[in-house]
Amino acid sequence: MATLDQPQISRSRGRFAGQWVDGFVMLIRIVAIVIITWGLVQFIVQSASGTGGLTGPAFRDLLVAGLAQGAMYGLLALGYSMVYGVLGFINFAHGEVFMAGTVISFFISNALFNAGWWEEAFLLSLLIVLLSSMIISTLTAVIIERVAYRPLRNAPRLIPLITSIGVSFFLQNAFFGLFGPAVKSYPRPPEWLTSRRTILGFEIEGTKLLVIVIAIVASIGLYLFITRTKTGKAMRAVAEDKEIAALMGINVDRTIVTTFAVGGAMAGVAGLSWAILFRGVSFITGFIPGIKAFTAAVVGGIGNLAGAMGGGVFLGLAESVAPLVILEPLGVTGVSQLKDAVAFAVLVLVLIFRPTGLFGERLSARDRV
Amino acid sequence: MSLLEISNVSVSFGGLRAVNEVALTVNEGEIVSIIGPNGAGKTTFFNCITGMVKPDSGSIRFQGTELIGMDPNQVTTLGIGRTFQNVRLFPNMTILENIMVAQHCRTEQGVWGALFQTRGFKKEEKEIRERANTVLDFFGTRLAGYRREQPAFVLSYANRRRLEIARAMATMPTLLMLDEPTAGMNPRETKELTQLIGKLRDEWGYAIVMIEHDMKVVGTVSDRVVVLDHGEKLTEGDYETVTHDPRVIEAYLGRPPEDA
Amino acid sequence: MSVDWSRARFYGINGGITLAFICAIGMVEAFDSRSVINPGLTLGIVALVWVPPLLAYLATRRKALEGFEAEPAGAQDLGAGALVGVITGLILVVFVWGVDALLEAGVAIRDVFPRLSPAMIEIVTFGRGLGAGLTILFVGCVGLATAGAALHLLSRPVRRGIEFGLLYVLAFSLLEPVVTDILEDNADALYARTGGLKPSAAAVIFLLTGAITAWTTHRNAPSIRTRYGRMDLDVQRRVTIAGVLISLALFGILPRFLGGIMNELLANIGLFVLMALGLNVVIGLAGILDLGYVAFFAVGAYGTAVLTSPGSPAFSPELSWWVALPIVIILATLAGLVVGTPVIRMRGDYLAIVTLGFGEIVRILFLSDWLSSSFGGSQGIRQIPGIEWFTGEIKGVDPERIFYMVAIFVLVAVYVSWRLQYSRIGRSWMAMREDETVAEAMGINTVTAKLLAFIIGAILASWGGAIFAAKVGSVFPNSFELLVSIIVLVVVIVGGMGNIPGVILGAALLIGVLGGPTQPGLLQEFQEYKLLIYGALLVVVMLVRPEGLLPSTYRSRELHHEEMDQDAWLKAGVGAGIDEEEPAL
Repeated sequence: MATLDQPQISRSRGRFAGQWVDGFVMLIRIVAIVIITWGLVQFIVQSASGTGGLTGPAFRDLLVAGLAQGAMYGLLALGYSMVYGVLGFINFAHGEVFMAGTVISFFISNALFNAGWWEEAFLLSLLIVLLSSMIISTLTAVIIERVAYRPLRNAPRLIPLITSIGVSFFLQNAFFGLFGPAVKSYPRPPEWLTSRRTILGFEIEGTKLLVIVIAIVASIGLYLFITRTKTGKAMRAVAEDKEIAALMGINVDRTIVTTFAVGGAMAGVAGLSWAILFRGVSFITGFIPGIKAFTAAVVGGIGNLAGAMGGGVFLGLAESVAPLVILEPLGVTGVSQLKDAVAFAVLVLVLIFRPTGLFGERLSARDRV
Repeated sequence: MSLLEISNVSVSFGGLRAVNEVALTVNEGEIVSIIGPNGAGKTTFFNCITGMVKPDSGSIRFQGTELIGMDPNQVTTLGIGRTFQNVRLFPNMTILENIMVAQHCRTEQGVWGALFQTRGFKKEEKEIRERANTVLDFFGTRLAGYRREQPAFVLSYANRRRLEIARAMATMPTLLMLDEPTAGMNPRETKELTQLIGKLRDEWGYAIVMIEHDMKVVGTVSDRVVVLDHGEKLTEGDYETVTHDPRVIEAYLGRPPEDA
Repeated sequence: MSVDWSRARFYGINGGITLAFICAIGMVEAFDSRSVINPGLTLGIVALVWVPPLLAYLATRRKALEGFEAEPAGAQDLGAGALVGVITGLILVVFVWGVDALLEAGVAIRDVFPRLSPAMIEIVTFGRGLGAGLTILFVGCVGLATAGAALHLLSRPVRRGIEFGLLYVLAFSLLEPVVTDILEDNADALYARTGGLKPSAAAVIFLLTGAITAWTTHRNAPSIRTRYGRMDLDVQRRVTIAGVLISLALFGILPRFLGGIMNELLANIGLFVLMALGLNVVIGLAGILDLGYVAFFAVGAYGTAVLTSPGSPAFSPELSWWVALPIVIILATLAGLVVGTPVIRMRGDYLAIVTLGFGEIVRILFLSDWLSSSFGGSQGIRQIPGIEWFTGEIKGVDPERIFYMVAIFVLVAVYVSWRLQYSRIGRSWMAMREDETVAEAMGINTVTAKLLAFIIGAILASWGGAIFAAKVGSVFPNSFELLVSIIVLVVVIVGGMGNIPGVILGAALLIGVLGGPTQPGLLQEFQEYKLLIYGALLVVVMLVRPEGLLPSTYRSRELHHEEMDQDAWLKAGVGAGIDEEEPAL
């Protein structure tokens, strides 16, 4: 005999909502799998019979292009992954960190070109540009952290995210105001670099090879830094659990700044890669690659640095290959326009179906709900 | 038929077996206390029943319906209300709103009613308020008067625990699950709350499953006591028998030193 | 607590860099064409002039702990203010001199920084050449900064009088088009022929409003909000209804007096208010950060375009706008379901990014050649007819009637938001926002609650899209960029999340003054810089006042409740929500 009058309502209405959601999600899964497999099948059929699809060398070129671009995304993704692992939010402004490095380094490359160094001492020039890009990106990242993120260390989850959107916007438009809207083109790398060469039986453009090599070197450097140095260990500790790390005597603030700095440095390397691959930079250069790099970080497993690189490569390949290998055989026209849509689709699908990423995420204790 | 029939429920997190083949029966109108040392898996067991954790095996039947696989809100709708070990109120909602929102699954007015202010809508809002006040009145002067329009975070610790219980009551359950209801309270508050828990069974007709550490509370008000240790059910029975069981004493205090 | 000199130095350096930045991005030059006070003060100078006093004011601000009195300001503060001014001035002077020297030497700095022009230097040196100009600049910085610090020396009424006086002068200058439309020839008393306030008018406004503000502050009258909060509930309701009716009447009559351009602005503000109200339901009430909101706007616009326009490529039933509207609502509902369902179980930040992804995918699809047979690709869809009304067709060329149409929908949206907020559904959203896990445990089906929020938000945005399509007469994919979602987000946040009057105020202020993504606001000169300001505003608001301009009491509780806890305890005693224990039983 409860003292509250029980109203006579049968509560079956909401019970099925959860099932509808699961059903709908299953439907998306099925549709995605069908599209992908059917597209692949068509591709193979068309290539084999010569009615469409791609030739072997063309396909290989696509793969290489995707690999190079993916290496760049991977470098950028490292920054997103590290910041998310440590502070638990998406640093929307990381794309602009990348953009700052590559835009300002353009002027340096221009000066080097005018002085004749670009042609004569190309590798030295490249090194100078690389250093400047890394320094600028690192500075930008560190300043942003100090000004916009540190005061919000204890704020509810979504507030730093919204702030980073504001920072991203501000930086984009600040660069627009300072340097103008025109696209600035890096000078062309010398002939001996851009020519194709044969490695292991593969024909590959020198620039793409260089980008891949740079990415590998940077990754190895980062790996050694994270695993072998004290600072690296501190970063991992802070990423695991900030409070306990502080109790262990680690200067959390300084470690967080270091995290941003390292992420910025990687973005600087990515900036050089962009300069070599695409040459054209402007205030808007960071926006789409930034989102794609975040996608890569999630695909690989947020917080997981090896995963970030892996996710980057995966995304680069998918973006390069999917329009021509899956969509075009299905009869979709103008697939090159849809490259970005493919990247976004990968983002959406991964977040729906495997939000922990392909290689597993690494979150701090607080964020592991 | 008993109200709640749990058989062979097991839960593992990674390599750790948090709950191991636990069985339990709860009948209408009785208070069952679950005791055991820290880390025994008591809250995880609670979470299995309320749907927040999915057990790896076993069966949990409430009034004949299988609970495993249900979402937490479905479990609540069926008639199980719960409180949390670390009081989780809606801090920025007023005290009254906390209680009003808990009646969500017992009310039905939706967009139509809200937009067109139908008679049904107004009637339901009035009823929700009245029921909320009735539930809060149960706690006497503690949660009375002007206070009900204040945000919940202004409450003192003891009052927050009371509000938690009031909120669970507002979901109009048949079974109340209280997770350490008197934790952190001083002796006077504890005594008062123990009496209220008794009243919940006697006057309001709830069956209650309670995790408790305070043996006085357990002894005063329980009909039955169940002991969990390392995820397993050690024993069950009435308070006197259980607390004198040497296995239970060993679980709490450790093995007595070997006589040399 | 004495003056913090290192803080003064820090603010000084920041001030100098900010001033150099403002010059380098070309704001000074671009704004110089607009007079605030004519003659005397151009907007270009205003863009610089606000920095030294503000920074000096902040640098010398003293924090008073609760229960303590702030130490009174003294000569030391003036000194600190002057220091801020000196550093700021020095940096700016060196910068200007440096730029000038480089330009004279023929160094091609304009290849890097195209906006560093001789014209800018002209303006900044007040046309008096480098020597005199830079001196004026430096002295000006020091003087203004000292004045800013001196504000602390003044009593509170006088200080507020000055602050508000300046604000009103600025407002009158900004609202020149509006005021001239209303007063017509009488406006000559206030404004000069070539634009800008007459100095005499500016002085009168400043003194008058300043005096009034100082007087009311002196009398320590409780603010309107406090008085409102203290009223009895029935009196409160009557006051609210009266207020609403009066505002409605004012807004109903206003467009009659305004010219076409201002009405166009009002109509644009209205459209953004509509979208902001929809996003407010999603973010403010349900707590879901949706960054792809523009997709629903696009669904409304393209839906209307396809259904009503004879120019629609694949399928053109050429329905009337009113017949198309219910269909558009259904489409929006479906879109809300399609977007909402997959993201239901995601955590907040992932949800934000996925919705952003959805928004972009929608735009890319509308833009693509692949679907151009249905949606016109980059050419879009044209020849969209207007909205039929008893008095004729309402089209974009008649902004006054468009505004009334928008206003009707805005009112409906306000009603819907309001009713839902204070209902069972609103409470379940609030609970979900507070603690989703516990809300589920209390019997709330978070799936249906979230989907409902998405759907309502989608429907409101689609109304905006439908009116937009009819207003402009054509839709192009470029109108539906991520930019729009972000601007609506800024409006909601700056105005005050979850708070209907706040959202309306935010839209009116931001879109009215700065303008929308493509639409100009009152300050047309801001066109190039508005996105910069939007970004800066978002960051500043998040850092300083995340609950927005007009916070709902709920939201300030949420964001500041440690402070409120503390205050409640300190103000102690019965009736402040502190528990007294009952006497021993």
